[in-house]
Amino acid sequence: MAQAQTTEHVGLARVLGPAHIWALGVGIVLVGEYMGWNFSVGKGGAYAALMACWFAGILYTCVAMIDSEVTSTVAAAGGQYTQAKHIVGPLMAFNVGLYLVFAYTMLEAANAITFGFLIDTVATMSGHEAGSLDQRPFIILAIMFLAWLNYRGVLATLTFNLVITAIAFTAVIVLFLSTSGIFTDSPLRHTELMSGPAAMPYGWLGVLAAMHFGLWYYLGIEGTTQAAEEVRSPARSLPFGTLAGVMTLAIAATLTWYVCSGLMPWEYLGQAGVPLFDAARLSGSTFLMVFLGIGTMFATLASANGCINDASRAWFAMGRDRYLPGWFGAVHPRYRTPYRAIIFLVPIALIFALGAPIDQVITFSILSGLLEYTFMPLNIILFRRKWPLESINRGYEHPFHPLPAYVLLGLCGMTFFAVFLGYGTQLVAMIAFYIVVSLWFHFWRYRFVNRGAQFTMPWPKPRGY
Amino acid sequence: MDLWNYLEYAAWAASFLFGLFIVIDWIRTDSTYSEDFLTSSREGELEALTEEQHHHRG
Repeated sequence: MAQAQTTEHVGLARVLGPAHIWALGVGIVLVGEYMGWNFSVGKGGAYAALMACWFAGILYTCVAMIDSEVTSTVAAAGGQYTQAKHIVGPLMAFNVGLYLVFAYTMLEAANAITFGFLIDTVATMSGHEAGSLDQRPFIILAIMFLAWLNYRGVLATLTFNLVITAIAFTAVIVLFLSTSGIFTDSPLRHTELMSGPAAMPYGWLGVLAAMHFGLWYYLGIEGTTQAAEEVRSPARSLPFGTLAGVMTLAIAATLTWYVCSGLMPWEYLGQAGVPLFDAARLSGSTFLMVFLGIGTMFATLASANGCINDASRAWFAMGRDRYLPGWFGAVHPRYRTPYRAIIFLVPIALIFALGAPIDQVITFSILSGLLEYTFMPLNIILFRRKWPLESINRGYEHPFHPLPAYVLLGLCGMTFFAVFLGYGTQLVAMIAFYIVVSLWFHFWRYRFVNRGAQFTMPWPKPRGY
Repeated sequence: MDLWNYLEYAAWAASFLFGLFIVIDWIRTDSTYSEDFLTSSREGELEALTEEQHHHRG
């Protein structure tokens, strides 16, 4: 073994295919279809929620296209952090890395809280005294089980995600087919529920405000890039899995909106905890109720699972480059996973899952994600300028450049304003936090960065340098 | 005590076991292998190889 250690090295295992990428991206997001998106109905009514759904769909299509081009070329763990490191610079990379870890760890905590709530709901429905169940062991179990799975290997982790995500997605399709009137009489009542003052209760300002929660339909699809160092064929699998993922979500989001807005008045739908499950209950079918209940549970677990995977890869990549202590850059020799990064993030997720209110946790996740999306247009414009199409091979070239970048920037600006309307204090606090840590990185941490080893892509010199 | 109370205890126990497995394996791994070996992963190895092959073919 000693001999082997001096001559060999250990890295992440390249074992994933396009289906795993799809499962990672859609798995993180699909929970947003099961719950959360409907708060956009509360902000502006059902039509506003549909417009927010499609505007956010455009935003995320731009994200997916831009991400696919850059990450099929910068195929390494860390995703957008590694992209920023190569294309923009160290300070941007440090910030983007933190956005990623915060966005995914907070989302993981929110999913674990939701899992505890769902178990409590099932217990109450089965006759257990309401409110007497201790949710904590179930919250902790969700995090510990998924951390253990991630620790043991990426192939099993994302195959598990593939199975439970496919079941959760199928549940949405089955609910739509059962209620749409194709096979039986439809219980949907769009005309009655969406006419008169219910059409646009807060006018166009409501549409703008709805954008905040419109992100939930797709938030996290960009996480596919974190698997770049573990896919067998990054140039093919990453664009394919990511773009198929965003199409899946656009379909699931629209079907979800269609069924829920046809069954529930906007005043109720806008504050429902589990709208798809409620829709299944209102359909009157026990089969649909059980299927959508399982779908809700699976979507929650798939999201938390993908978040552990992505947050640990970003943390690991930063450790490997010494942006953080190099201790975090270790790979398990047998399981080939970033095991120390996975372990380190477990107590952080537990603290937020057990000690913070869910709306605050989710808002910090959304804000970190939004800051990351704002970085992307800058990233792709610089990428195309420094390394034009003919200078390096790309697995995917996104069309109509720079239009998607400008559209993405505009939509991000609009969403920042929408978030500011509802959570201005958190937005300011978050930006202040990133300014403080940026100063810490610039004046202290950067001296430890492994500067010579951080640019790994075999590219020519950037144009103009 | 009903089924859900037992499930609460089962969830505590399972969480503890998963945590225990992780911690034992972590300690065992760190004490078996050298730090240089564990942190020997390097970014972009496959990309360098692919680009090299591409240039050779070209």
